[in-house]
Amino acid sequence: MSSSRPSDHYDSVAPDRSIQQPKLGFTGYVRFFWRQLTSMKTALLLLLLLAFAAIPGSLVPQRTSDPNGVVLYERENPTLFPILDTLQVFNTYSSVWFSAIYLLLFVSLVGCVLPRAKHHWIALRARPPRTPARLDRLAGFRAVEGRADAASALDSAQRMLKRLGYRVERFPSVAGQAGSISAERGYMRETGNLVFHMALVGILIAVGIGGNLGFTGQRVVVEGQKFVNTLADYDSINPGRFVNTDNLEPYRIALDSFDAEYETENPSAIGQPLDYTANVTATVADGTQSAEEIKVNSPLSIGGTQVYLLGNGYAPVITVKNPAGDVIWSDEVPFLPQDNMLTSSGVIKIPDGLSEQLGMIGFFYPTVTTLASGALASKYPDLDDPLMTLRVYTGDLGLDDGEPKSVYSLNTDDLTAIAGGSADIDALELGVGDVVDLPNGLGTIEMSAVKRFASLDVHSDPSQVWVLLFAVLVLAGLLTGLFIPRRRVWVKVVESGDGGVRIEYAGLARGEDPGLDSAVADIATKHSQQLGLKVEP
Amino acid sequence: MTQDLVTYSLFAVYSAMAVYALAFIAFTFDLARRAAPAPAAVNGVVVGQATARGGRATALLERLSTDAPVDLDKPGRSTSRPLRVAMALTVIAWVLHVSADVTRGVAAGRVPWANMFEFSMTATAIIVGVFLVIQFWQDVRYLGAYITGFCLILLGLATVNFYVDVVPLAVPLQSAWLVIHVFVASLGTAFFAIGAGLSIAQLLQSRRETRGAGFRFLETLPTAEKLENLAYRVILIGFVFWTFTLIAGAIWAERAWGRYWGWDTKEVWTFIIWTIFAGYIHARATRGWRGSRSAILAIVGFSAVLFNFTIVNLFFKGLHSYSGL
Repeated sequence: MSSSRPSDHYDSVAPDRSIQQPKLGFTGYVRFFWRQLTSMKTALLLLLLLAFAAIPGSLVPQRTSDPNGVVLYERENPTLFPILDTLQVFNTYSSVWFSAIYLLLFVSLVGCVLPRAKHHWIALRARPPRTPARLDRLAGFRAVEGRADAASALDSAQRMLKRLGYRVERFPSVAGQAGSISAERGYMRETGNLVFHMALVGILIAVGIGGNLGFTGQRVVVEGQKFVNTLADYDSINPGRFVNTDNLEPYRIALDSFDAEYETENPSAIGQPLDYTANVTATVADGTQSAEEIKVNSPLSIGGTQVYLLGNGYAPVITVKNPAGDVIWSDEVPFLPQDNMLTSSGVIKIPDGLSEQLGMIGFFYPTVTTLASGALASKYPDLDDPLMTLRVYTGDLGLDDGEPKSVYSLNTDDLTAIAGGSADIDALELGVGDVVDLPNGLGTIEMSAVKRFASLDVHSDPSQVWVLLFAVLVLAGLLTGLFIPRRRVWVKVVESGDGGVRIEYAGLARGEDPGLDSAVADIATKHSQQLGLKVEP
Repeated sequence: MTQDLVTYSLFAVYSAMAVYALAFIAFTFDLARRAAPAPAAVNGVVVGQATARGGRATALLERLSTDAPVDLDKPGRSTSRPLRVAMALTVIAWVLHVSADVTRGVAAGRVPWANMFEFSMTATAIIVGVFLVIQFWQDVRYLGAYITGFCLILLGLATVNFYVDVVPLAVPLQSAWLVIHVFVASLGTAFFAIGAGLSIAQLLQSRRETRGAGFRFLETLPTAEKLENLAYRVILIGFVFWTFTLIAGAIWAERAWGRYWGWDTKEVWTFIIWTIFAGYIHARATRGWRGSRSAILAIVGFSAVLFNFTIVNLFFKGLHSYSGL
């Protein structure tokens, strides 16, 4: 075992430091560094370094999990931000330094595990070793004397150890002894240990490859709308390197209705969401339709992807007419929730059809109330008393220069407020069914209804099952590698001249084995009882 | 009805705290009594030290000469009165504690670990529970002052600073994984807490063994090596639970958030803790790292658990924002 383990493993023989080392050549240096890298100390150091290096990523927002937080951080710490950004702290877990640590750790791990696997492969086929000449120096040593037949004592010891799961080898008599049984068990300990470490490598590989094979996409769907799994139909999509986004499995999901339930009785939790359900009709490629539910904690599995319900909100149905009464614009506009009571904000852009381009910033209150300050707020997230307010701007919306603009934001720097904000006229207020005149005789605007929208996340990750499989192997390897004791046990029978025998028992721990002593004691007691002998007091 | 149960639960937890405080005092008295030289205790020391110095041969002689070997893991079985009182008080406090926890759960109509208050109450109940159960296997009653003191502080924080009324379960928490993931995490925490206590005792003990200085009561505790072995076995169990927590959390995250791993702050810290304890287990197998160094790692690891539970829950932004505060 010593040869397969790093030289600084606790169970290995300590190196003799007094020996003068000869000068190392190139291969000597390579070998030296490899031995350093695969040593226990290096592995330990890298593990602790990895733990330490993971900390910064929890202190500052990460681009992957909290991109808005990063933007906010930049605004609040303008001097610190570029320094941290150069150090890749906002991408800690894909940064050069973090990657270097875990890659070195895994190289070290592989370098350690491969020789051990080879050694274990040989050990698995080996027979238990010859019984040591003197057992009385070994763990749990016990001896019994009495009258018994030497051969049958050995037979019963052999049977007993075999039953206990030991690999058993019988050694014939040498000078003065009738024979001995050498037994070893717990090979699963090393197997589990190796499985644990290799499964960790498996997870790393599965995650590394899997990231390139899958995609994540987002889409906001308003009640009554449908979403088709094609590139063009996503609001945003983040495909892996090897994903052909032109070949997505063409299924369709129609959001028939969205149900939200809120707490109404518990005074400490009025308005707290109790349940969200998106009732959808799913249509797969061959045309089969089915009614499905998508809930938080219960995604829809369809076309090799998972569809998650990760958000919801209100989408007022808004219609704008020109002074002649013709509908020039009508849409369901998703408003993004701003607080727990679903005060929501949204943007309406009307580039064509009126004498000027029109931009509006709206707030939507599902159950409106007036605060002491006079400001409006929502006091309950359901649609009890909905109201929408609009600030209206005219001017160039900047939609014609070809640059993509977010549908959720409006830059008002170059626009003129004609209602709300700095304008003389107050912001427009609309309840459901209200028609209000736009200022300057531009036309009318109506909020005819309010619908719900669901924000769906579509994920495809073919490597996910592999990661799970390896994770289960990690756990299984851990359990067997830590809790199955590997031990050797010897039973030796010595014939004394007067027809009696002396039976000796002893064990040897191979790795952590706190139960060795009692295990040997158990074997000794049971075996001598079988023979009708008593363990010496 | 719900309000009655909530009131009862609070009453029970306050009572439990009072009894824990008494138990803590009694445990401290016991430690003080151990510091005074008593004949029985001194004998125990002599046997223990002889074995430690004499090594294997002495131990073997002992085994050969007695049918029932002296079990050094169970020092001073003939225990002092303060210790018996302390254990009795701990059991009473724990029963009150568990009843407070259960009634809170009944009042809420779900498992009592959906916010910081409930989680603190449940986790401490599990820690004391593991401490009590572990006595059937190994006598670690000398950790009583540490365990009851620790839980008393946490319960104080919970009732004064973390208290929130019963509210329905947040939508993402409505999953069977809440029961499994959080419960196993608490179990792991309990084993890490006891492991850290043993490691602290080990550090004190090894300082006394090498320099001959330190608390007198340490003389009645097992040797530093025994404490280290015991800490290792306890922490191994904690590590397995923690690994399970990590995997179960990832499975749940996939269901609730649409990805199994996203370096959310809580995920990061769970990973950090896992890595520290993985380091601890390796340290045990590395020459030069056994002994005090690995004990320090165990204590650092448990400190990270506490940091994860308090600071990360309360002040770090992330998806695990269920403190209710």
